[in-house]
Amino acid sequence: MSKKFTLLLASILVLIAIIGTVLYVGHSHIAILSPAGTIAAQQRKLLVGATLLMLLIVIPVFVLTFFIAWKYRATNTDAHYQPEWDHNTKLETLWWGFPCLIIGVLAVVAWNSSHSLDPSRPIASDRSPITIQVIALQWKWLFIYPEQQIASVNYVQFPTNTPVDFEITADAPMNSFWIPRLGGQIYAMSGMTTHLHLMANQAGRFQGTSANLSGSGFAGMQFIAEASTDSAFKDWIATSRSKPAQLTMAAYTSLAQPGAAPQAVQYGAYQHNLYDTVVMKYMSAPHEDSSFQSVTQSVTNDTLDHMSHE
Amino acid sequence: MLGRLNFEALVHDPITMGGIVAGILAILAVVALMTYFKRWNWLWKEWLTSLDPKKIGIMYIVVATLMLLRGLADAVMMRVQQATSVGDAHGIVSSDTFQQVFSAHGTIMIFFVAMGFMFGIINLILPLQIGSRDVAFPFLNSVSFWLFIAGALLINVSLVVGEFAAAGWLAYPPLSELKYSPGVGVDYWIWSLQIAGLGSLLSGINFFVTILKMRAPGMSLMKMPIFAWSVLCAMFLVAFAFPILTATLGMLSLDRLMGMHFFTAEGGGNPMMYINLIWAWGHPEVYILILPAFGIFSEVVATFSGKRLFGYKSMVLALISITFLSFVVWLHHFFTMGAGADVNAFFGIMTMVIAIPTGVKVFNWLFTMYRGRVRFTTPMMWFLGFVMTFTIGGMTGVLMSLPAIDFQVHNSLFLVAHFHNMIIGGVLFGYFAGIAYWFPKVTGFRLNERLGKYAFWCWVSGFLLAFMPLYALGMMGATRRLDHYEASMGWQWLFIVAAVGVAVICVGVAFQILQIVVSTLPSQRRSRLDLTGDPWNGRTLEWSTASPAPVYNFAVIPTVTDRDAFWASKQAIVDTKLKAVTQKYSDITLPRNTAMGIYIAGFAGVAGFALIWHIWWLAVVGVLGVITCIILRASDEDTEYTIPAAEVSRIETEFFAVRSQL
Repeated sequence: MSKKFTLLLASILVLIAIIGTVLYVGHSHIAILSPAGTIAAQQRKLLVGATLLMLLIVIPVFVLTFFIAWKYRATNTDAHYQPEWDHNTKLETLWWGFPCLIIGVLAVVAWNSSHSLDPSRPIASDRSPITIQVIALQWKWLFIYPEQQIASVNYVQFPTNTPVDFEITADAPMNSFWIPRLGGQIYAMSGMTTHLHLMANQAGRFQGTSANLSGSGFAGMQFIAEASTDSAFKDWIATSRSKPAQLTMAAYTSLAQPGAAPQAVQYGAYQHNLYDTVVMKYMSAPHEDSSFQSVTQSVTNDTLDHMSHE
Repeated sequence: MLGRLNFEALVHDPITMGGIVAGILAILAVVALMTYFKRWNWLWKEWLTSLDPKKIGIMYIVVATLMLLRGLADAVMMRVQQATSVGDAHGIVSSDTFQQVFSAHGTIMIFFVAMGFMFGIINLILPLQIGSRDVAFPFLNSVSFWLFIAGALLINVSLVVGEFAAAGWLAYPPLSELKYSPGVGVDYWIWSLQIAGLGSLLSGINFFVTILKMRAPGMSLMKMPIFAWSVLCAMFLVAFAFPILTATLGMLSLDRLMGMHFFTAEGGGNPMMYINLIWAWGHPEVYILILPAFGIFSEVVATFSGKRLFGYKSMVLALISITFLSFVVWLHHFFTMGAGADVNAFFGIMTMVIAIPTGVKVFNWLFTMYRGRVRFTTPMMWFLGFVMTFTIGGMTGVLMSLPAIDFQVHNSLFLVAHFHNMIIGGVLFGYFAGIAYWFPKVTGFRLNERLGKYAFWCWVSGFLLAFMPLYALGMMGATRRLDHYEASMGWQWLFIVAAVGVAVICVGVAFQILQIVVSTLPSQRRSRLDLTGDPWNGRTLEWSTASPAPVYNFAVIPTVTDRDAFWASKQAIVDTKLKAVTQKYSDITLPRNTAMGIYIAGFAGVAGFALIWHIWWLAVVGVLGVITCIILRASDEDTEYTIPAAEVSRIETEFFAVRSQL
């Protein structure tokens, strides 16, 4: 039987070796272990800490399992055999108590981290935050910069070390907005806004994605989140504003049609209150599809007041 | 006349067509063989119409095995797609088909494989283990089984006629609403689960009552074997959780059939309510599946360690705590919906707390082996594999219970790896252990151990290969359900490793099938016959009767004085042969076979199909059919038959005669 154990133990060692190798070699590839933002960094710290804490139980369980099974194998008749021994208050108290302790510690960690890393909690910084509105569409991401008056598809840029307040909604089935190297995700849902506060502390191009199934083009809902220097960000805004494309209501409606995104589009201007219009169109009374018509109608009649800035 | 049904529903892509043709050929082959060997009458009389839980149990397991093959085929397609659909290449199926495949995979594996194995094993063993001749409601049991079949058939019909849901195994709205999924796929999902779920609810009530009311005299709750306790807890969960599923599916179908707005994004509907409701059922569901597996492991470890289960009271307390806690953790499936820090923290902490009783169970199992005589049979190997994989899964589970961490891994392949850790390493290994352990009780012969161990090693190594890379992929930012990704992500080699892992699992499944075939061969069978009824030196009542158990289970209902009732009686009576001579038998009354369960489920299935395709007149026929059958059955007075004492005596004398020759 001991051959079997060698095998089992060997496979565990191999497993640990594989995981170790992957973690070591692929370190830079493993997004959530190589954070580029303050939230992701804290989340990694939490992940590693909680894992180590839990290994305090997991490792003894592994060792005990194989030690006990091997020592008390039927062929080892030297081992003590006590078929009626089925209860020991001290031991049982120990393994009710010890996990309670660990979970007690983790519970405090869970409570505190849930609050400190709550996605809707603004990040403390001496720099004022930048707001970016995000609309999940079938199957692309639309980013609107209400302060800078531009819009962009599947590409979002912001300065480093500046808190970003993403206001997120969907004009599509539920999606989940996720930039792994900057921090955790939040759902994008129609008719409401969720907030995600992130801050990049190094420049770079980071992969962003939708983490929740939203229909047949879902796999293509990838975007690039680029953190850059202040000046590069200013340049990008300036370039974007000079783009001739304008996201009028008609342009939006056509963009919102199911399908993959057009090649990295930037809009030098967009329909006034576009984000709020998209949120509100789900809040009106259900009269077939006319509800959207009426809301959009009223907006279309509104002045496109930001459309010819420069 | 035919609603939405038309010829186009039969047109599919080449891969689906291939699957359909293979399926139809297999069915034709079975039909031909049955006809050639003139087995139809036997099948109908001995099996399909039987109310004997032991036969219903076998049928559950056969169907669950077939569904396992279907689900496995889906898994293989998913792995092949994800290993090949990179950059310019687009894999073997379209994104829409891919989404149907993973939706079907999840639905089938949970509802028709895990639930099927679970109810199968409970049917086979529970009445025997509590010293009962039958379940509380034998006819209801048959209805439950056939509703399960009707659901399973509907989901497979979707492969041929129309399409299946492409909205994931829990069909979150608004994606699953008419606006985004106008086809019949989601309707197949709804009605397949609605019908099968009704069967599960009835089964849950049935076994709950069976355990409470039909235990052998002397078997107080605290003298009940721990498997029976685990089933009691699981059935309590079924009774309280499945109505939520029924109501939720009902509301979703009203949205889809009648244009209502329970869960739509517009018109005052609230998709978040659906997500809460479906997980208020869905989380207990996980424990419905795992608790009986815990029970099985408890029996297996005690038996193969030749020792009493350690910490019985702790085990019961742990089961009960898990049962209640499982109702207050549902929100951890969607911390990312933005409920806020207080709510998230509460549900996160509740989730962690479940790890405590679960950990206690693991330590109790380990100390059952301590100072025992551990025999490394196949069921015991499954147990050791389970401890390893389940502990890893438990650890990643606790990680995800921290909301702040969950935001980073939710909906990624990390999550997929985690729940397969629990469902394969926990649930499936548990049921495999149970099947290997109780196989001789059901058939009268043991399984080939060598092939069983080959299967075990393939499953364990295949599992690690298939799912450990998914943990890494998830942390790299790979979300679940991707039909395509860019080569620059650097993910492909890990997906290829995972695909190899699934291939190894397939070899494991092949060994399991081979194991059953080889073990059944007459020449092989002879060497592993179980004539004593007690091949493993068992501890509980099911081992006290013959293998396979006679139709009445126990000629004389045993009186229980000890937790390990049979073990105690073996210690007390050295010469069990005497029992046959001294025993006095009386007439035994059992329920007659009936086909009414088949008819009820058949009409229910027809109604489901009609509602999917909007064939209203047929839906009315189906519902009226169900009602008529129920009335007919309720007015049937002649539902039982009696086995005379003389016949019981003859069967028992024969058994004891064989046993005494050993």
